[in-house]
Amino acid sequence: MTETLRPDLAIIARHVARGARVLDIGCGDGQLMAALRDEAGVDARGLEIDPANVASAVARGLAVVQGDADVDLAGYPDKGFDYAILSQTLQTARAPDQVLDHLLRIGQRAFVSFPNFAHWRVRLSLLWGGRMPVTPLLPEQWYDTPNIHHVTIDDFRAFVRQRRITVEGSWFLSHGRPTSAAAANFRAEHAVFLLRR
Amino acid sequence: MAASVSTQSLGHSLGDDQRFGLSRHVVLPGPLRLDGGGLLSPVEIGYETYGALNADGSNAILICHALTGDQHVASPHPRTGKPGWWTRLVGEGKPIDPARHFIICSNVIGSCMGSSGPATIDPSTAEPWAMRFPVITIRDMVRAQAMLLDHLGVGQLKAVVGGSMGGMQALSWAATFPERVRACVMVASTARHSAQNIAFHEVGRQAIMADPKWRSGAYYEANDPPAAGLAVARMAAHITYLSEAGLTEKFGRRLQARPDRPDGAKSFGFDADFQVESYLRHQGLSFVDRFDANSYLYITRALDYFDLAEEHGGLLANAFRGTRTRFCIVSFDTDWLYPTSESRAVVQALNAAGAAASFVELSSPYGHDAFLLEAPEMNRVIDGFLRAEP
Repeated sequence: MTETLRPDLAIIARHVARGARVLDIGCGDGQLMAALRDEAGVDARGLEIDPANVASAVARGLAVVQGDADVDLAGYPDKGFDYAILSQTLQTARAPDQVLDHLLRIGQRAFVSFPNFAHWRVRLSLLWGGRMPVTPLLPEQWYDTPNIHHVTIDDFRAFVRQRRITVEGSWFLSHGRPTSAAAANFRAEHAVFLLRR
Repeated sequence: MAASVSTQSLGHSLGDDQRFGLSRHVVLPGPLRLDGGGLLSPVEIGYETYGALNADGSNAILICHALTGDQHVASPHPRTGKPGWWTRLVGEGKPIDPARHFIICSNVIGSCMGSSGPATIDPSTAEPWAMRFPVITIRDMVRAQAMLLDHLGVGQLKAVVGGSMGGMQALSWAATFPERVRACVMVASTARHSAQNIAFHEVGRQAIMADPKWRSGAYYEANDPPAAGLAVARMAAHITYLSEAGLTEKFGRRLQARPDRPDGAKSFGFDADFQVESYLRHQGLSFVDRFDANSYLYITRALDYFDLAEEHGGLLANAFRGTRTRFCIVSFDTDWLYPTSESRAVVQALNAAGAAASFVELSSPYGHDAFLLEAPEMNRVIDGFLRAEP
């Protein structure tokens, strides 16, 4: 089942310890949660903003709560989970820095994945096209994109350094395949970080 | 009372055991210790069961009814002949299915469909209790249900499920008997009655008490109940069960058809000119045939007293601390009686307590009543939730 997961989710699924307690923030219809539950005996909880996704997740037996990462994380207790996961949601948050603070407060560790806005295809699109990039990973137009806080891998690295957040692992993906950390800010479409405070 | 009636139209019969089946009635010795300080004895309970308890007793589901509901969740109402009040969720092929579940639904104490209430006989006087019936709470209703489960030999519930006041009972069950409830489904409900909720109920109670036929509750002997007052109470409450958009769509400002004017006309009097007036009057009048005015007073009081946080030191999360019960909370976006914000407060408390919680706000044009109407998404969510038992 892990094979059918989106590549960034597959990386997260491979690195979550068996039997762990996990909060998946922006869990969609619960694909990752279901994989973690079924294959690693994980006690997974989810938070998702879209009601249709929540209904699908609950209908597959997952404990998912409809809510907004920007407002509803405050109610979760400190260190209530082994991992807090934020996949492809950071760039949609109104206050990504505060969401990350909550992540590191709620989870012993946090997984964060996001699309890299400094990928060469994005750069080319802006440099030569002079238009906001529309790529397979960022398919929306400027006016209807939910991605309101674009971030690059180097931005994120600088951010965690400045906040003294420990990076326990990082993975970079190009076309769904691993790519090296060295040129990641140019070559990777996707990044996954494992963090702790 | 009705214990001789044994027509099993749903699920399997449990042989000749008179405890199980439709239209059951039991008199338990009690006493039931009430939140108000008194004791209720005996405790009469009208109830129904559907399906059969499995060998390991793991498939029992308790359904809790709303303010004016009853035990006939999936069987025709004995007085009105209407189908059970939650047949969209409960029945053959439904998320709660007598083929798979042992389903119990009991009339709450304080009500008037076979359970102890103001209209039942006080053994010490051999007369109806009327207003000498003790004021009860949601938790008292739940404790009476627990006594019924003991009588039925049900130790632990697979789930307790309810909408509106039934949702409050479901929540109270999980807080009062956490070891007896594996899952709790609360639909269109709240953990406490708001000032607005109390205000609407007070209008209803005052309408009943202002009816001269109420006679301080002693109207049973004359068999002449305060029907006008109860009808007005129902009319006011009924408005809170609907949405403004729903009312506008259904009635707008349309006028009642008249013999000479099929498209209606203003009477320049006080007949029910508008269709919405006629509809509300009908709702009020048909209600008094099936409900006792004093029961309406007692149950609205129980609802108004409900504040689960208050029962747990003022912090709702304390009601669920350490619980292993799974929760499923469903609200509807046009429900202004128990709006989504009330469900969210419950979800936040569950999260703070570390409980396994699911919550979704569903879209419906029908307001609070949505939980009783066709709601495929609600069924999908509840079905998945109930099947997901680890």
